[in-house]
Amino acid sequence: MRKYQILKSLTFGIREALASLMGALVVSFFEWFGELGLFSRRVAHAIFVPPYEWRELVRQLDAIGSKSLPLVAMAGAATGVVLSLQTRDSLTRFGAKSMLPAVIIFSLIKESGPIITALVVSGRVGAGIGAELGSMRVTEQIDAMEVSAVDPYKFLAATRVIACIAMLPLLTLAANFCGVIMGWLSTTLAQPVSLRYFIENGLKHVTFDDFLPPTFKTAVFGLIIGLVASFQGMRTKGGTEGVGRSATSAVVLCSLFVILADVLLVRLIQVLFP
Amino acid sequence: MKKVTQESPIVIEDLHKSFGAQRVLNGIGLVVASGETLAVLGRSGTGKSVLLKLIVGLQKPDSGSIRVLGDEIAKLDLEGLNQVRKKIGFLFQSAALYDSLTVEENVAFPLARHTKMSEAERKNRARELLSAVGMERDLEKLPSEISGGMQKRVGLARALALDPEILLFDEPTAGLDPITAAEIGNLIVEQKEKRNITSVVVTHEIRSARIFADRFVLMNEGKILADGAFDELRKSRNKFVADFLREAA
Repeated sequence: MRKYQILKSLTFGIREALASLMGALVVSFFEWFGELGLFSRRVAHAIFVPPYEWRELVRQLDAIGSKSLPLVAMAGAATGVVLSLQTRDSLTRFGAKSMLPAVIIFSLIKESGPIITALVVSGRVGAGIGAELGSMRVTEQIDAMEVSAVDPYKFLAATRVIACIAMLPLLTLAANFCGVIMGWLSTTLAQPVSLRYFIENGLKHVTFDDFLPPTFKTAVFGLIIGLVASFQGMRTKGGTEGVGRSATSAVVLCSLFVILADVLLVRLIQVLFP
Repeated sequence: MKKVTQESPIVIEDLHKSFGAQRVLNGIGLVVASGETLAVLGRSGTGKSVLLKLIVGLQKPDSGSIRVLGDEIAKLDLEGLNQVRKKIGFLFQSAALYDSLTVEENVAFPLARHTKMSEAERKNRARELLSAVGMERDLEKLPSEISGGMQKRVGLARALALDPEILLFDEPTAGLDPITAAEIGNLIVEQKEKRNITSVVVTHEIRSARIFADRFVLMNEGKILADGAFDELRKSRNKFVADFLREAA
């Protein structure tokens, strides 16, 4: 009987602890979204209300765009090669080998190019922004900026968000281009085919509706990466350990939200551009 | 001692601030006279730095009043707060220099945003300020390439960039060797004499504070225990004040 009572009270205690843990998790989940909402509002205000930080914006366009280009180009190229290698075998089995250029190009411009670019930028830029702003927060540089009557939301966050929005579609174009060229190279090594034939054949059925919406949806990915990474960086607490946490969480959250947003955007594009 | 009035640049009344259950400031009242240099002494974690951050509006008080140059800081919107902040220079404990900018760019940073100076004029002004703190030879260096004492000097030059009426110093000599600490102390005196700036210096180092301060307050557990010239503090019968002065000396 006594054993039963101990077991019962233990079970009750564990249930209580789990309930309070769940409660705390739910509260911190909604708190995070609430704070992100307030942060986004301040950044939106900073973006639309002058004065503008042109020089810092140009620096961020370079840091986020130009410096991500080699990595994005390599990722795009690798995707082109993999698509060629994987689909070639399948299409040969179904007697549709002539469709290979179209499959590679369609796959790249509609999905693989945009999502690979966004994930690569989430990793490189998300971590960079999270760590840089986090480090500025813990070393009081952001406080120093506020004390100098300079709005850190305008100088630090807004410039990074705009740069991400502007550069993601351009980087996607670069990834697509490298993917197509390397897809052709991989195809032509297996069975010689001219680049002109490959591209003409691949683009024969491509319309602007196939090309523009998937390319421009990456601007939304850029908005997500810029906002989430800046938010995580600017709310850093706890010294160098906190900076590490911010960088990691920025990458994880940016990648997660990009993938979730992709699901919604693909469906939205299907509805709007049937 | 300077004349303290309700029109003084900094007037603090019944200031309270807590972080969760931890009460940091517990009814602080303080007036800093125009042109006066006040040293705020106390052990680590007694709310000295929080007091500075409240004065400049980086944190909001739970209750009480902070009037800086006639404006009630807690009631100002961001625009109003920034107008007051342009009249305040702040030297952080870590100097808080922007690590992606050179020494010269750090000092020119506020000038580029709040003055109509041309780039050449900004450069000249930055060089003039850096020369005043003995840093004219390291203009192109990044903060990571100079020592802690040099960073403090650059931080001081940046704090002076907009010709502030008030200067706030958070542990300006902490972590520096005695000679560099004395040099920073002398720089504070020099700037005070040249510009007649009202200053509040948070420190726990009495030796360097005696170089530049006109008046001292000693804080403990969120309250002011003693207020006056150094000799007056020494006469205090409060045990904590006597112990602190003896140990710190």
